[in-house]
Amino acid sequence: MKQSRFIRVSRGFIVLAGLAVLLVSSCETMKPVMDVTTAMGVATGTITQGQAESIKRTTTAVGKTLQDITPEQEYYIGRTVAATVLHQYRPYDNEGANRYLNMVGQTLAQASDKPETFGGYHFLIVDSQEINAFAAPGGLILVTRGMLRCSKSEDALAAVLAHEIGHVQGQHGIKAIKKSRLTSALTILATESVKNLGSQELAQVTEAFEGSISDITSTLMNTGYSRELEREADQSAVKILRRVGYDPRALISMLTLMDQRLQRGGPGFAKTHPDPRDRIRDIESMVKGLPAPVAAPPARQVRFERSIGAV
Amino acid sequence: MHMIRWKMNLLLVTGLIFLVVATTWSGLRMMSVQVKNGQLRNAPSFLGALVAQVAYGDQVEVLQQQEDWLEVKISGNRKGWIHQSAVTATRVVLSGGGQKASSAAASKEELALAGKGFNADVEAKFKAGHRDIDFTWVNRMEAIRISRQEMISFLKSGGVQSKEGDLR
Repeated sequence: MKQSRFIRVSRGFIVLAGLAVLLVSSCETMKPVMDVTTAMGVATGTITQGQAESIKRTTTAVGKTLQDITPEQEYYIGRTVAATVLHQYRPYDNEGANRYLNMVGQTLAQASDKPETFGGYHFLIVDSQEINAFAAPGGLILVTRGMLRCSKSEDALAAVLAHEIGHVQGQHGIKAIKKSRLTSALTILATESVKNLGSQELAQVTEAFEGSISDITSTLMNTGYSRELEREADQSAVKILRRVGYDPRALISMLTLMDQRLQRGGPGFAKTHPDPRDRIRDIESMVKGLPAPVAAPPARQVRFERSIGAV
Repeated sequence: MHMIRWKMNLLLVTGLIFLVVATTWSGLRMMSVQVKNGQLRNAPSFLGALVAQVAYGDQVEVLQQQEDWLEVKISGNRKGWIHQSAVTATRVVLSGGGQKASSAAASKEELALAGKGFNADVEAKFKAGHRDIDFTWVNRMEAIRISRQEMISFLKSGGVQSKEGDLR
């Protein structure tokens, strides 16, 4: 009896503690706690007033990093990420193919959970045989010719683009930025109430910006996202494809073809993405039991081949 | 004992629901446009016809919500639907624009100063230090815009239709 009462009491405590965490989890509520702690530090002589101010500024900055990246700032990060990727992967200048890519991509983006970004979603083919695609924050998406060759239908192309939209929607690029960079930029910004920074502050913010760009581009081009984020992007892709009316199973047919063509240990997608076979297994469980989509009329395949067939 | 525990749990759950509802409620009402160009539509769908344009920092009054869509009122008593990803509860203040930061009664945390942080100035400074990075194609790709009408006819001519209903 005594033991069961203990269990009950501790269970109640867990619920209460959970509620408390929920209430305290905003940085606003954390701030008074920090103020008291730093004030105590000053009073006891362990830290100076200047240090206390600095600690307070940093705490505010750390707590706010991700939510402080406004869509407008995400847009500027995305532009430079795309420009940096385009330095290595040359654009494929084919107006018809690029327009078709945007027709499919921008329509899909409207069905995502985040259809509105500061500058909108835009797609571009890059001239590389490598099988790869890059989603810069804010919605600038680059797809290689090699990747397009793995898509044999509009639905398969839609699957590739929907997966990349999933990365934008989940802010996976922004999450690749090391916290310390944003902390330093936001600490400067927190002390600045005016829009125009002095030249020294601008230089410091630009340094944090450069660091953020390099964190994202090296994730996109070298290390890749975690298996978990890739699965999240696949999940978003399935949802987006279903909402629009494309066949989410096209993601599987595209990955199957990619699996045959990928060089193990090779560059590009093989290096930055989980094994296609693992992804196929996951996606199969996501699409299991879904009703078959409305069958694609021949016109859809005709326009796909006309626009992408020669790419 | 059993009864007390049950009541305690009920109280906690009620409190939690109240907290969530209150937060959501207070988050509604006035919101700011957080995208460059926002569009108000005549129905809660991207396929709805355009009724008005709103710009970054514009304030909108929320009248009702249907899933991810908000019916809002803007100046001139005009109403329309906007996707929730286009607006924020944080008040966006354009510096040097029509609104002045000082005129807003909200505290600093509730304000987002447009153009602060990573902005055009930072991009320019970045470009100055990296002359080999070319933004020409970034600007070109940003200029590719597909209109709502084009999307509708593209979906129709390709026989792309969702069994779950329209694009939301």
